[in-house]
Amino acid sequence: MIAIIDYGAGNIFSVKNALDYLGLENQLTDDISCIEQADRIILPGVGAFPAAMKMLEQKNLISILKEQAQKKPLLGICLGMQMLLTKSYEFEECDGLDLIPGTVDKIPVQDRIIPHMGWNALEIQNPCALLENLGDSPYVYFVHSYMANCENRNHLSAWVDYGCQVPAVITDGKYVFGTQYHPEKSGEVGLQILRNFAALDVLERVLL
Amino acid sequence: MLAKRIIPCLDVRDGKVVKGVNFQGIREIGDPVACAEEYNRQGADEIVFYDITASHEGRGVMLDVVRETAKRVFVPLTVGGGIKTVDDIRETLRAGADKVSVNSQAVQNPDLIRQGADIFGSQCICVGIDAKKTDSGNWTVFINGGRIDMHLDLLDWVKQIEQLGAGEICLNSIDTDGVKGGFDLPMLKAVVNAVNIPVIASGGAGKLSDFADAFQETDCSAALAASLFHFKELTVGEVKADCQKKKIIVRL
Repeated sequence: MIAIIDYGAGNIFSVKNALDYLGLENQLTDDISCIEQADRIILPGVGAFPAAMKMLEQKNLISILKEQAQKKPLLGICLGMQMLLTKSYEFEECDGLDLIPGTVDKIPVQDRIIPHMGWNALEIQNPCALLENLGDSPYVYFVHSYMANCENRNHLSAWVDYGCQVPAVITDGKYVFGTQYHPEKSGEVGLQILRNFAALDVLERVLL
Repeated sequence: MLAKRIIPCLDVRDGKVVKGVNFQGIREIGDPVACAEEYNRQGADEIVFYDITASHEGRGVMLDVVRETAKRVFVPLTVGGGIKTVDDIRETLRAGADKVSVNSQAVQNPDLIRQGADIFGSQCICVGIDAKKTDSGNWTVFINGGRIDMHLDLLDWVKQIEQLGAGEICLNSIDTDGVKGGFDLPMLKAVVNAVNIPVIASGGAGKLSDFADAFQETDCSAALAASLFHFKELTVGEVKADCQKKKIIVRL
C-alpha cells in the first residue's frame, strides 16, 4: 500500500486518481500507524514551502517521515520534493526534512517567464530506477517558481533546460526520490514513473 | 526546453459537448469525458472545459464531468465559465481541475483574481479575455461572451491582472473568432510584450499553419482551438507534427 500524505495542501486527489487508475493500492492519510504500515510513501505538495512545513509540523509528521524514509521508498512531488531538502529560501529561510542535502532557491533566470509552467523534456544526469522505460523524449509537466539545488551532484538524476539546468529528479541513492514535475499530470510518461516507483524493489535496496 | 502547448477546448452545456450535437449523429461525441480522452490520445497538452451552462444544476453536472475526466486523463485540466466566487474556484479545483479560467467576473470584480491567487496559488488562476479592436487602433475588453464593451483598454487590463496575481492569460480575439483566418497576431504580440506571464492564443484557428504562425510570429506559450478539433478538421497530433517540422518545440 502506498500512503499519500494528506497534510492539507495541494491537489492530492490527482495523485490518488493516477494510482487508482494504475490499480496501485493507496490511501490518503495523516495517520502515523498507517504511514508505518505502508510499503511506500508519496509526499505531494502545491503551494508555499513554509506553510507546508508548518502543516507537517502541526500534524506531527516530520519525525515519522524522516524515520520512515530510511526504511521504505518515499517520493516527494513538486513542493513535496523541495521539502526533502535541508532548507528553503521561499519567502523566508525555513528548515526542510533534510533527507537530501541542499537548498530551495528561486529559479535564477531573468529573461524567462516565472513560474516555469508547461511540458519540458528530461535530460538524464545519473540514471535511476524511477527513470526506466520512459521512451526517447520524456516530456513531463512542471509548475513551479523555486527549485531544489542538491549539494551533491550525484543526487541529481535528471534536469530540464529553462535557461539554466532546473533539477527535475533527485534521489539520495537509497529510498528517497523527488520529482519537481507532476507525474500525475504528465500523461503516459508520468504514469510510467509512478509504476516505476511502485515497482522499486525494497529488499534489494536494503542489501545496497 | 519548454514545449509550446496545444490546447483543445470543449464547450459544455448541461454535461454535453455543445458543438458536437450536430456532428454526424455520433452520440459519443457529445460526451465530454470521452472527448477529453480522445484529445489526450491525440497528445493534447492540456484540456479546457468551457461551461456555458446557465443553471445552478448544470454547474453540478459540470463538476461531475471534471471528476470523471480527472480519473481517466492525466494531463492538466482547466475549467472556465460560470466561476464567480472563491467558493466556485475551490469547488472546481476540488473536483480535479488544475486551473480555473475566470473572465467576465474578473472584469467586474478584479479582486477575485487576487483572492484566488492568494488562496490557491497563481498557477491555478487563468484569466480569460475577450477583446476587440477599436476604431482608434487599440483594443478593448468585452464581457458576457463578447456582448458588452467595457471600454477597458486591453493592455491596461492585462498589466492589472498580472499585478493581481494571475498565472496565465487566455486571450480570445472577437475579431478573428469563428472567422478561421488565423489567430489575431497583432493583438497577441501586443499582449505578450506587455506581460511576463504565459499567454494562450485563442480564436481564429482555421488551418494547420495557423498554429505554427502564432508561435513563430509571437512569443505566446500555447494555442487553443475548439471547433477545429471538435469537427475533426485537424487533430492535435497533426498540428504538433506541423510545428515540429517548422522547428517549434512541442511534446510528441
